[in-house]
Amino acid sequence: MAERSFAKEVKKLKLGAGEEFTGEGILAITKALLQCGVGYVGGYQGAPISHLMDVLADSQEILAELGVHFEASASEATATAMLAASVHYPIRGAATFKSTVGTNVASDALANLASGGVTGGALIIVGEDYGEGSSIMQERSHAFAMKSQVWLLDPRPNLPSIVAAVEHGFELSEASNTPVMLQVRIRCCHVHGSFIAKDNVRPIMTVADALENPRRDTQRIVLPPASFLHEKEKVSKRLPAAIDYIKRHQLNETFGGSGKVGIIMQGGMYNGVIRALQRLGLANVYGETEVPLHVLNVTYPLVEDDLVAFCADKDAVLIVEEGQPDYIEQALGSMLYKAGASVKLEGKGMLPMAGEYSGDVMLSGIGAFMRKYGSDLLAPEIRAPNVPAPPIFDDLAKTVPMRPPGFCVGCPERPIFAATKLAEQELGKHHIASDIGCHLFSIMPPFELGATTMGYGLGPASASAFNSPDAKRRSISFVGDGGFWHNGLTSSIGNAVFNKNDGVIVVVDNYYSAATGGQDILSSRASNRTKSTKHPITDAIKGMGVKWVRHIERTYDVGTMRDALKEALTTEEKGPKVIVASSECMLNRQRREAPLKKKAIAEGKRMVKTKFGVDEDVCTGDHACMRLSGCPSLTVKHLDDPLRDDPVAAIDENCVGCGNCGEVADAAVLCPSFYQADVISNPTGWDRFWFGLRQRVIAALQGWRERGRPVFGDVAA
Amino acid sequence: MKFGLPEGPDTTGRIIKICILAVGGQGGGVLSGWVTDVAQRAGWHVQSTSVAGVAQRTGATIYYVEMLPRDPERPNDHPVLSLSPSPGDVDILIAAELAEAGRAVLRGFVTPDRTTLIASSHRMLAVSEKIVPGDGRADSDTVSRRAGEAARRLIHFDMEAMAKKAGSVVSASLFGALAGSGELPFSREQFEATIKAGGKGTEASLAAFALAYDRAAGGEAPAAASETKAKHGEGTVLPKSLKRGWEALSARAAALPQPVREMAEPGLRKVVDFLDLAYGEDYLSELERLVAADSEAESYTFSREAAKYIANAMVYDDIIRVADVKTRPGRSQRVRDEVRLGKSQTLATTEYFHPRMEEMVGLMPAGLGAALEARPKMMKTFNRFIDRGRRIRTDTIFGFGMLWTIGGLRRWRRGLLRHKVEAAHMREWLQLAEAERGRDYALGVEVLKCRRLIKGYSDTHARGHSKFDKVLGCLPMLRDRGDAADWVRRLREAALADADGVALDGAIKTVRSFADDSGKLAG
Repeated sequence: MAERSFAKEVKKLKLGAGEEFTGEGILAITKALLQCGVGYVGGYQGAPISHLMDVLADSQEILAELGVHFEASASEATATAMLAASVHYPIRGAATFKSTVGTNVASDALANLASGGVTGGALIIVGEDYGEGSSIMQERSHAFAMKSQVWLLDPRPNLPSIVAAVEHGFELSEASNTPVMLQVRIRCCHVHGSFIAKDNVRPIMTVADALENPRRDTQRIVLPPASFLHEKEKVSKRLPAAIDYIKRHQLNETFGGSGKVGIIMQGGMYNGVIRALQRLGLANVYGETEVPLHVLNVTYPLVEDDLVAFCADKDAVLIVEEGQPDYIEQALGSMLYKAGASVKLEGKGMLPMAGEYSGDVMLSGIGAFMRKYGSDLLAPEIRAPNVPAPPIFDDLAKTVPMRPPGFCVGCPERPIFAATKLAEQELGKHHIASDIGCHLFSIMPPFELGATTMGYGLGPASASAFNSPDAKRRSISFVGDGGFWHNGLTSSIGNAVFNKNDGVIVVVDNYYSAATGGQDILSSRASNRTKSTKHPITDAIKGMGVKWVRHIERTYDVGTMRDALKEALTTEEKGPKVIVASSECMLNRQRREAPLKKKAIAEGKRMVKTKFGVDEDVCTGDHACMRLSGCPSLTVKHLDDPLRDDPVAAIDENCVGCGNCGEVADAAVLCPSFYQADVISNPTGWDRFWFGLRQRVIAALQGWRERGRPVFGDVAA
Repeated sequence: MKFGLPEGPDTTGRIIKICILAVGGQGGGVLSGWVTDVAQRAGWHVQSTSVAGVAQRTGATIYYVEMLPRDPERPNDHPVLSLSPSPGDVDILIAAELAEAGRAVLRGFVTPDRTTLIASSHRMLAVSEKIVPGDGRADSDTVSRRAGEAARRLIHFDMEAMAKKAGSVVSASLFGALAGSGELPFSREQFEATIKAGGKGTEASLAAFALAYDRAAGGEAPAAASETKAKHGEGTVLPKSLKRGWEALSARAAALPQPVREMAEPGLRKVVDFLDLAYGEDYLSELERLVAADSEAESYTFSREAAKYIANAMVYDDIIRVADVKTRPGRSQRVRDEVRLGKSQTLATTEYFHPRMEEMVGLMPAGLGAALEARPKMMKTFNRFIDRGRRIRTDTIFGFGMLWTIGGLRRWRRGLLRHKVEAAHMREWLQLAEAERGRDYALGVEVLKCRRLIKGYSDTHARGHSKFDKVLGCLPMLRDRGDAADWVRRLREAALADADGVALDGAIKTVRSFADDSGKLAG
């Protein structure tokens, strides 16, 4: 079950011609796919296109009605390889994943797909996780398009443009027998807007039709000598066909007047450029401007004559190209040089080479460009601005704390790292390799565990060099269940078995691909109507040949977890030591259980709800418990007591009763402040009898003691 | 104050730009959905965006909405709106938590020429604030003050408390504050229609909305101010037999100089509560002795700090105290309040204990305990039976009775090993402070304050002790310097900055370096 349900929204996918569709970018893309008669879709989740996968998963009925095959692929490589269905058959197919990490994984399949070429339109929708809030390294998908010679669309970030890009993407792909990548940036994926829908179209050929009538063409298979021909074909046939299509359908747009200074931009940069022009007084709210603009909705390949023509009568052009290296600027420079153009080309320099082109970056870059080359267009106060320096709030900067992402309230991964910290307290520091997933938050305070992260499922692989008979210590590596099935089973576990790695591997199993939004995977414990789940990770590990396997079925048992780690780090046994630590992702568990519990209580069923608390008079305010937790619900408060200097621990009402704080206090021998309170709703008669009896006895004992001592209202309550 | 270029002929004046800063999990997505919906229902152009993904997991998150009324002359044209906020270009900034309001100011999203800042004044502490052994919380006053300076208009109250009161979450009260601010030209009914259309938890959301709406619209004063807090010392109930004794002690405490009294009165209650009236008598005698040697010219600073820290030292945390605290009626009531126990519900409470032989020995008569402690092998053997986690159900007669019985050992405390150890340690510390006071008054006060370092249980307690010893171990190097007191303060603060004592070791190194230098110079 995914984190967000689109069950309500997917109804919009049924809208017919002329009706207005309103919603998020990713939902619009899904609708566009159906309008294009797509025959199969697949992909791998990850921000910002996780929701696209969730939308598809929630719309399987609609897909089935149209005869569209949907696949939640095992990895981005799988998703791209799936597009092979469009090689020999005129079926339109789409794959989606997060870029650039997913594109990295996919690039083997992508290169093969691009070499042989396609018959049916093949569209790869890549969600760019770039700039603010990005969780990955900052790189460009553009490089993949160039090296594999696939075409890259980067549409203006509004719903009609994105929908048009999907439609043209398929046609461009078919016209040039080349797969097409559609790049959508993170904010564009989540932009809320509207477009006028068309009817959904059944695919002209379904995968079932293809299965019944197999075809093959040796010329399309990547093996010499065909592959030598493919490379030539890319240049002699496919590229010209693509450029022809782009020009005929004017995929790139030109706006504005006929001034002497112009701006060329990636389509995705359009709204940012317009906002800068609006703030400079050069465009109105509808984006109408006198400044000539050339918008590259296709960023690869570039259409040389269009670009040279746009620059022909200009004094200067600015190229707005986000990220580095500056591929487009280099290409444009070369084109203009060969054309003998005299236009001044500006780009990186006026704008920064690296980093997101946010509003203020655009404003200052485009402002500087216009002041230099088009100052006659500017109002006097903008031509020569007299801007006071922004205020410096040093005190505030020192005060506001950093707030990186971290484990949620009740996260079952928190106790794993508390246990690791406790094991290290006894056995000393170890080299720890981390992986991609929520568990990577272990590198942040309060745990500060983990030295590297090399890629999804590659945690143990990235510790593989640390395997030496001369060392007394072993490496520890982590991999999540998502990464494990993505490629960790072979690249990490298989590799460790084969190379007789002696290290300790912890598989963090939370029943979902949790970091990407709680999608089901092979080892998910839930029943999934359309997917096969409940495949134990331990079976897979043993099947790979690991002899030393321990399964912790309740990660909150910090002591057991710590002891398992200690045993793994010290046992005489050779080969990889694998601990599978399993407990359900609390975010998903709450989403699953909370409504059921609420309903059960309303129906009068007996229900226990657990919450933890801290006795503030027992807590001494040393905060040792928080250094082993970091739970958002475990916080501090100041007591109204002049004798106390430091705030004491407190648990807020968001506590889900996971028990981590109590278990940690026990395992680390911290303090006896924590208590667990189980509230029983709709108690049975038996419950009530015992409760009443106990309460009477306890009250009597309490009263007897209170009568013999002074009782102060404000101490030790 | 402006960021970047001046607005000049900016053509986006009609666009209302709204930015929401929240902490992942606070419902920022719901709020931005509502804001978008209310504009859409009014027939406006509206565009919203967010950055979802891993960044949402309890980290700082940001949502952005732009809206403008439809131009009747251009009904079919769509405006080009920005997908992200720009410094100096935000009309309404909603911060779901106080530090996020501070972050918004730092990022330039709050400017005095245009921004209305709607910020809840409550705090959600970041991990970095909580893991400090001392008090690591960010200073809310600095944030509030700077937010007030940076904004054109500041709407600032505890919207979290308001939401809780209504049984809802902060997004609903933030939405109410936005509506009540009048910054958006939509009616209250239009805002409420959006909440109603959501369908989930509508009534609680509307209640939270209404409370915040009224407050932001300048309605009634906050109800919180009217709740009077119980004053210290109120609610004291005494058995007849102790009345006269207690009154005599109270009178003695009241006779102390004003600055000392402020600490001595709660201090006296604390120590009497811990043991008995005679213990309170010991406490006061000690204080009276110190006051006699203190001077009014120093505003009795030494005695005041002594009143505070002697009380804390006398009330050490042993198993008896823990058991006592956990079996009192006031505590039972507090737990019930905290879980909001309903009339038809029942409650079970489980205490998490992990006693070790060290604590057990502390419970023994001093002679026996000391003898056992001197035999590590025996300690280890016994520890095998003691050292494990124990969950004790304090709602059962057996579990409660066990703790209640241990709590009753209170009266024999004076003869127990732990008491002897604590008393000796206190004496040593107090003598040292007094000796330093004789030479350097301020240094004496700082030595007293170092008592703050001793806290926690088991290993944490031991670490606190070692820090205490380390700081005071620097005294010989500092003693004759004019800034000795200041250095002890710095060392103490360093000791409280992190758990492992990294900052403290650094500070001690610095002290050593100048102590060596001056030694060389003198040589």
